[in-house]
Amino acid sequence: MIVAEPKPIKELLEMVKDFNRILVVGCKGCVTVCNVGGAKEVAILASSIRISRKKMGQEIEVGEHTLERQCDPEYVDELKDMICDYDAVISIACGVGPQFLSERYPSSKIFPGVNTQFMGGAEEHGIWSERCAGCGTCVVHYFGGLCPIARCSKSLLNGPCGGSANGKCEISKDVECIWDLIVRKMMEQDRLDELIEFKPPKSWITARDGGPRRMIREELVK
Amino acid sequence: MNNFKPQIVAFCCSNCASSAANVAEGMKKALPDNVKIIQIPCTGRVEILHLLKPFEEGADGVYVAGCQEDSCQYVSGIAKAIKRVTHVKKILEELSIEPDRLNVFNLSAGKGQEFVEVAYEMVNKVKELGPFLQA
Repeated sequence: MIVAEPKPIKELLEMVKDFNRILVVGCKGCVTVCNVGGAKEVAILASSIRISRKKMGQEIEVGEHTLERQCDPEYVDELKDMICDYDAVISIACGVGPQFLSERYPSSKIFPGVNTQFMGGAEEHGIWSERCAGCGTCVVHYFGGLCPIARCSKSLLNGPCGGSANGKCEISKDVECIWDLIVRKMMEQDRLDELIEFKPPKSWITARDGGPRRMIREELVK
Repeated sequence: MNNFKPQIVAFCCSNCASSAANVAEGMKKALPDNVKIIQIPCTGRVEILHLLKPFEEGADGVYVAGCQEDSCQYVSGIAKAIKRVTHVKKILEELSIEPDRLNVFNLSAGKGQEFVEVAYEMVNKVKELGPFLQA
């Protein structure tokens, strides 16, 4: 999933301080799963905004709506009859959401309510970690199913480096050295010899370095 | 300000705090009439939104009264409530609202006297802070 964290409420209040009719829009996709942008969080943010304005003695109308997904035009369309009733819209989807809303409703003022962090998964309830850097050419099968692009601080394809100690990365004792895990995994599977083979520098053309990406699958295009 | 009578909402666990309330009643100890009790099956059910809504509706203070941490019938209810109260205190701070308007207390079924004391403690604290919404 795409993992995000809430923007500080103070920052959000500052963003929308000039508006008195605000719509908070959530998304039932990834941000619901990581407890940052679903219907529950929409209600919490809307309530926080109302409390703040009430405290300041200002009138405000805060609407709440949660879309099935903010990254699909068919669901974004759902807002067409209500969005015009509001001066500002706070999207608490990942960074895709506010952009899809901006594109679909060009005259509306859209604000991002979360900071998108990474593609990852839940280690346990309340703890998420990065697993994929979206490089566009998956190579995890060379490394025991673990990704050194996303999980090695240097994205080394031929690791580990000298900064690996006791299974931890030199950047922090809280960061595991993925190369330590890769080597252990390959030893367990009796495949250590596969790591001896030199991995040439990766082509980053398929990654973000090749510019903004787009994908067309002709069999699906109407 | 002396006439200020704060409106307080109390979320009380029906297994301990509410039993404590019954004990208090038996002891003829009366709760302040400006504390509105909401009985809940377990304080672990109190969500962040539940703690914010009373403020939105104009309450001056909110508290949660639950079990001792080692005696929750549902194991971790009060521990969850404490975490949520801590989180909402941070939200209140961000909204420039005194976090002391929200609190959580550990009680047990027999502590009728303490149940009443906690209510008065909260009322007095919020009285010091003044009305949540200035007239």
